[in-house]
Amino acid sequence: MSAEHSRIATVWKMEAPRLIAALTRKLGDLGLAEDAAQDALVAALEHWPRDGQPEKPGAWLLRAAERKGLDAIRHWSMAARHHVALGREADEAAPTNAPEAAALRSEAEGGLGDDTLRLLFMTCHPALSAESQLALVLKVLAGLSTAEIARAFLQTEATIAQRLVRAKRQLAEAKVPFELPQGSALTARLPAVLHAIYLLFNEGYTATSGSDWLRPALCDEALRLARSVAALLPQQPEAQGLLALLELQAARNAARTAADGTPILLADQDRRRWNRLLIQRGLAALARAEQLGGADGAYALQAAIAAGHARAARFAETDWPHIAACYARLEAVSPSPVVTLNRAVAVSFAEGAAAALPLVQALRATSALAQYHLLPTVEGDLLARLGRPAEAAVAFREAASLTRNTREAALLQQRVAECEAQCAAVPT
Amino acid sequence: MRFMLLMIPKSYETAGPELDLPLDRVAEMMQFNESLQQAGVLLYCEGLHPPATGARVHFKSKVPTVTDGPFAEAKELLGGFWMIDVRSREEAIEWARRCPASDDEMIEVRRVQEMDDYTPEVQQLTAGFETMQGKKP
Repeated sequence: MSAEHSRIATVWKMEAPRLIAALTRKLGDLGLAEDAAQDALVAALEHWPRDGQPEKPGAWLLRAAERKGLDAIRHWSMAARHHVALGREADEAAPTNAPEAAALRSEAEGGLGDDTLRLLFMTCHPALSAESQLALVLKVLAGLSTAEIARAFLQTEATIAQRLVRAKRQLAEAKVPFELPQGSALTARLPAVLHAIYLLFNEGYTATSGSDWLRPALCDEALRLARSVAALLPQQPEAQGLLALLELQAARNAARTAADGTPILLADQDRRRWNRLLIQRGLAALARAEQLGGADGAYALQAAIAAGHARAARFAETDWPHIAACYARLEAVSPSPVVTLNRAVAVSFAEGAAAALPLVQALRATSALAQYHLLPTVEGDLLARLGRPAEAAVAFREAASLTRNTREAALLQQRVAECEAQCAAVPT
Repeated sequence: MRFMLLMIPKSYETAGPELDLPLDRVAEMMQFNESLQQAGVLLYCEGLHPPATGARVHFKSKVPTVTDGPFAEAKELLGGFWMIDVRSREEAIEWARRCPASDDEMIEVRRVQEMDDYTPEVQQLTAGFETMQGKKP
C-alpha cells in the first residue's frame, strides 16, 4: 500500500463510526450503511490521490457514501429492507413532514459524539450475544477488518464474517432503532454497553501468550471506547467507574510480563514500571465516579481496588483493610464466588489467615468453583500460613491437578513437596 | 502508540512575557481538545508561557550557563503540546491536520518512547522511569 493509500485508509478508519452512523440513520440498515461506507473508501482511493485530500474529508466521505448507498437501494429491488429504507427516504423528502424533516436534520447535525454513542448502543443491543456485540463493535466502531477481528479472537475469518452477518441480520429483524436512549432507558441500556467494553478489554488483557499484537490492540480499542463514552456521558458514574478501572489496569501493562513473556504476579511486579500518567487518569476518573454518587458501582469498586494497589509503592505497603472492605462492598452489589475468593485473600492480608480460612472453606462447601485451581491454591496457602502443612499439601496437590498451565502445576507440586518436608520435620 | 503534537507558534519567537490568549482562539482550541477527548485519544495537554519568561541552560564544556528569555535568533519555539494515544503515525498526523491552527503556527508530530522500544539493558537502567513521569498518587 502506498503512503497515500495508507493515509486515506487512516482517515476512513477515523471517520468510519460517524460515517456508518449517519448512513444507518439515512438508509435504515447497518449492513447497507457499512457497505456504503466501504464504497466511499473506494471512491476516496480513486479521487484523493488525483485531486488531493478534501479540506473536510469526513463530509466528502459522507456525501460519496450517501450517493453510493442510495444508488444501491434504488437498484436492489425485491429486498424487503429495500422498502423500509426507501420508505424512510421518502418520509424525509416529503414536504408534508416538514417538522419531522427538520428534527431529522438537526439530529443529523448532532456532534460526532452522539453518533458514536448511538452506534455503540445499537451494536451492544441486548438482542445480540456478547460475542456478536464485540465483533460488531470492533468492526463498526474501531474500524478493524474481519481478518483482524478473527486474529484478535483466535478464530477463523469465516467464523467472524458469519458472526457479523448474523448480528446485522438480528439487528434488522429485531428492528433495533438507531437512537440514543434517554433518561431511565439510558440507565437501563448503559450497563450492556459498558460490559461489552469491559469484555473487550479483558479479551486483550488476559491473553496468555501475547504473541499476537492484536491482543493488546483489543485493550487499546477498549480503553479508547471507555474514554470516549466517559467524555460523552460525563454524568454517568459507571462510565467513569469503568474508565477508572481500565486506566488503572492498563497502567500495569508494562510490568505484567517478564522479558520472556511469562506473567508476573501483582505481588512481584516492579511497580516502578507502572504508568503514572494512566494511574493519575484512573484515579481522576474514580474520583469523578465517586462525586457522581457512584462509589458503590461494580466498576467503581473494582477501580477502587485497583487504585488501592496503585497507591502502594510496594506490595508490603498495600492498604489491605481498605481493599478487603472494597471487596465486601463489591460482593454485596455484584456477588460472585470469584469476588468472595478475592475478598478472602484481601482479608488474609488485612486480618490474618485465620480470619480468611472460613470464607474459603465456605466456598469449598459449594460446588461453584469446583474446577477452579485458585480455590484450593488459596486454601493451601492459608493452611500453610497457619502451620497446618499436612492439610495444605492436600489442597496444593488438588490445585496442581486442576490447572492446565504446566508452569503453574510445577510451582504447586513444589509447594506440595515443601509442605510434606515440613510434616516430616515435625516430631509427632 | 503515544504521540506528542508539539505546537510551534512563529509568534513565540518575538512574543513578550505576557500571555496573549484571544477568547475566540481559546474557544476554537477547546473544541479541538473536546474532539480529541470524545474520540478517546487525548491523554494530556498543556500550554506554555512565552519563551520571554523562560530560560535556557547550556552545557558547553559541561559547565552550565544560563540565558534568560527572550532568546534572540532562536527559531521554532514550543508553545504547548498534546499527548495522544492513537493507532498509527498516520492517525496522529491526521489529528494534527484537524487542529484549528493559525497560519503562523506549525505542529510537529513525534512518537513517544515506550518501554518496549528499549533494549533489555536500557529497560533495566530505566526501571524507575515511570515513577518520574508524575507524582506518586
